[in-house]
This record gives sequence, C-alpha cells and structure tokens, in this order.
Amino acid sequence: MKGNIIKYAQDNIDTDVIIPGQYLKVHDYAELATHTMEGLDPDFHSKVKEGDFILSGKNFGCGSSREHAPIALSHSGIKAVLALSFARIFYRNAVDGAFLLPIEIEQDAYDGILEGDEIDIDVSANEIKNLTKNQTYKMKPFSEIIGKIIAAGGLFKYKPDQD
Amino acid sequence: MNIVEKILARASGKSSVAPDDVIFANVDKVMVHDVSGPGVIKVFDKLKKQGISVDKLWDPTKVWVAEDHFVPSAEKISAENIVKLSNFTKQYGIEKHFKYGMGQYGICHTISHEEAMVMPGEVYVGGDSHTNTTGALGAFACGLGHTDVAYVLLNGKIWFKVPETMYFKLNGKLPDHVMAKDLILKIIGEIGTDGGAYRTMQFGGSGIDEMSVESRLTMCNMTTEAGAKNGIVEPDQKVVDYLSSRGATNFNLVKGDDDVEYFKVFEYEASEMEPTVAKPFSPENISVVREAPDVELDKSYIGSCTGAKYEDLVAVAKILKGRQVKIRTEILPAAISIYKRAMENGLLKIFLDAGVTVGPPTCGACCGAHMGVLAKDEICISTTNRNFPGRMGHVESQTYLASPLVAAASAVTGKITDPRDLQ
Repeated sequence: MKGNIIKYAQDNIDTDVIIPGQYLKVHDYAELATHTMEGLDPDFHSKVKEGDFILSGKNFGCGSSREHAPIALSHSGIKAVLALSFARIFYRNAVDGAFLLPIEIEQDAYDGILEGDEIDIDVSANEIKNLTKNQTYKMKPFSEIIGKIIAAGGLFKYKPDQD
Repeated sequence: MNIVEKILARASGKSSVAPDDVIFANVDKVMVHDVSGPGVIKVFDKLKKQGISVDKLWDPTKVWVAEDHFVPSAEKISAENIVKLSNFTKQYGIEKHFKYGMGQYGICHTISHEEAMVMPGEVYVGGDSHTNTTGALGAFACGLGHTDVAYVLLNGKIWFKVPETMYFKLNGKLPDHVMAKDLILKIIGEIGTDGGAYRTMQFGGSGIDEMSVESRLTMCNMTTEAGAKNGIVEPDQKVVDYLSSRGATNFNLVKGDDDVEYFKVFEYEASEMEPTVAKPFSPENISVVREAPDVELDKSYIGSCTGAKYEDLVAVAKILKGRQVKIRTEILPAAISIYKRAMENGLLKIFLDAGVTVGPPTCGACCGAHMGVLAKDEICISTTNRNFPGRMGHVESQTYLASPLVAAASAVTGKITDPRDLQ
C-alpha cells in the first residue's frame, strides 16, 4: 500500500485536536472530514490527498473514545497512521471499524521518514519502504487478533468461532 | 488472579485468564449517550446495507441510555440527535433512558453510580472514554467506540486483551485540604498520559479504604487520562452501603487473591500529598498549587463526571460559604439527584449568594460542546478531566485542572489558590 506522508513530529496527538468536541454532534462522515485535525493544523483539509498516511510520535489518538477521530481521518483520505504508539480506544476503533491501519513504528522510521516522502507499507512482510529515500524499516507486527480482524475487514466480518 | 482477571475469567467462561490472553467477554451492562448513541445508529445503518440483521438487540434490559453531552439541546443538530436517541430506545424496547426534562438525568458516568446501574463484579462497557469511572464500584468498566458498542448491543460480548495491572497503594488518610483529584493528578504527572496505556490501574491501601466511594470514582475516572483500559478498586462495605442506599440488592463482591503479583506497584504517603493542578495543555503537566503560575484567571468551572458529584459540591460550598467569587464561576451538578440534594441541604443558596451561575447537568463546556465554552486567550480553572488544546473551547484558551476545593478557592481570589491560603 503506497502513499505520501503528512508528518506531525510530536507525541500525544489527542482526539480533541483530531476532531474538536463541538463536532461530536455531527454524524455525517463527509462533513466531519472537513474539520479533521482542525485543532492542530487548519490547513490539513486543503492539503490531504486520497491515500495519504500520517506519521506521528507516541500515544497517537489519546483522549476520548470518539469514533469520529478515525472516521474523520479515514473520510479525509488517510489510509494509515504510522506512530510510535497508539492510545487504546483509537487503535481498536481504527481496526474494529476498518477505518484505517494503525501501524506501530520504531524510532528509525519516525526519524527517517519526512513530510512528503512516498512510502510503501507491506503488512505481510512487516516492512515499510521509503521510496523517496530508498530506505526500509521494520514495523511492529499486528497481534494475532488484530491481524485477523484487519484481514476480515472489521469486527463485524470477523468470525471468532471459525478460529 | 487479581480482581480484573477474575471478572474477565468469569465473563469469558474460563477457569482462569492471564495478561495478554485474548478473550470474548460476555457483557453485563452497556451504556450509550447522545453522542455515541447516534454513532451506533449510524453503524446499524451501515450494517443493514451489508445485509447484517439489526432487528433486535441481544438484551435491551442490560442497556441503558444517558443524555448528557449536548443537553439541554444546544442547537438544531443536537436536538435532532436527542430525537434519534428517543426513537432508538423506543424501537428496541430500552426502558432505562434517562431523559432531560423528565426527572432524573445527568452525565452518564454519574448516573452509573447515582442510579446503581452497574454492580460490583460486572463487565460494563460504555460508548464514552470515561466509562472507567465506574470501576470504583468494583466492576470491570471500560470505554469503547461506536462500532464496538454496536457489536455488544447485537452480540452481548466483545473482545478484550486481558490487561496487566498496575497497583497504586495509598498509605494513610488524605489531609482535609487534599482531594482524590489531587492524588490522581499527581499519579498522571508521574506516569504520563500513556503511563497506564492498555493496562488496569488498581487503587488500594489504607488511604483508599478510608476514601469515600465518590472519591474513588474520581480516581478511576481519570485513569482514562493515563490511557488505562480501566480503573478499579476492590469493593467493600462502603460500596455495598452506597449502592444499597440507591436501591441495589444482591451483591457479588469479587476480590483478588492475596498472593497476586502486579505488573508494577506504586506507593504514596497520604500525608505528603499537596493540592495539585495540571497546567495547559496536558493532564500530566502538573504542579503543586503553591508553585503554580501566577496567572489572572477568567473563569472557574465546577462540573463534569470528574468534579460535580455531591461530595465535590459540598467541598465547594465549604469554601464559598460567606464569600464572593471574583471571576465568572459556573457550577453544574452532574445529575438531577445531586442538584436536588444540593438544594435540600442549602448548597445552592450558598452558590447563588456567592455570585455563581448554577446550571443544569450536562457535559457542557468540559468537552467544548456548549454552556460556558472558552474564548481565545481565556484562562479557566476547572474540576474536569482534560486540558488538551481546544478541549473547553477556543484552541488558544487555557485550562488548569484542579480539585473542587482548589477551583472554589481560585474562584474567590481570581488566582490559582491553595485552599489553605484563603483568607
């Protein structure tokens, strides 16, 4: 899966900046998308392109349980978030709702990948290739259950009894 | 096994579980509110299009519904969400729907304890991150998103990875001027906003035994701000008395074995605790009040599931009695039952005499929704739980998180004030 990076070189990107609380009443996904990252980067909506990835630091998506956060990112075109770590509800919302891939990366990828770089995520090989810089990094593999839910296409399509 | 492992083993039909085991747990109670409810309805619509049946819920008697975030309806969209929620509960036969303007209602986490909606030993999930609050009653209480809650509503179960448990031990009783809020801010300051990530934060020791149930609720409430899966306190006679007085019967007090080992143990001496604030823009950015920045406050906000329980209002009244507020101050009791007790016991008069605006139960400005949100550059001291940029309004407003005592003392002086230093 290939895409270009939008990088936020900071930790603790919280749900209040991903989609501010005043929009929690909104359940129209297209409208939510227009307010994505409004609390941190008001230009996000105009610069994001379909298929882009976000790269960030530790504890991405901390804060509230609002599924609006992965929904707003996903409906803005974001296919994956690469981060040093994720807050738990954001992580499981992203996976169970099949909105986007939360990819846990190591420090070398965080440091080496820059804004605008084109990268290729190969989940089966647990690898991230930086096509712009011709570098390869390891991603942390998904745990077994997460891998299965992603492969199924979300929690509702996952059949635990068939394991 | 510890308490959480025992609860999750029982709920998943296993004789034992250990950290990192992946289980499907049968859920005992589930909650949605006026934000997650419409979110769930949207998921149901999507499922219908995929040919998945959403004709009936697994068990409507185990579901309860709160109206809290945008009530009384802030504007047109939130009014429509409330109508949607009412149609949903009617369609699916959910009887426990706490509607504003119809007797008891309030913030979902407050209703969970005020109405004894959740019992010790249960698995309780809610469509809100602060669902952790209710772990103070000895339940496994965990927040989930819309898709997961929709899954629970239709299937009665949900997957969990059994968490490791961090144990926080408080030795001795907290001094009078220190509240549970000060302690949990101190803990978050030490472990950080991801310090409890994916784990259980369990509280115990003589200081927690001494604490009221409502103080324990404050502790568990803000485990969310440390990223924890849940917060929990082993249930005791205080919990039984608290819930019994609210109509509950038939208790199953699950407790951990004596010989359990925890992932990590933290110890605190109650006598060393100080009134504490979290400065902008993170709950981990703490300072003892006496060393806090000398800023001119614009507002004091006393509300939310964290800081507007009855006990919190009593603490505020102790400070405000016979005094005047110097800055805009709002008090929003977290449920109608609390509002009523505050009226019956004379607290509302104390607040109004002090110049405070008393509002209805609502999440309101805590999440930047409505009713007192902050303007650009405004600085607020607040009994709420988060102070990320824009949390309570404009992205360039600032929030200091504090205990009800500190928020009230600061309302009187207009500066961040230790209650001991109030003239």
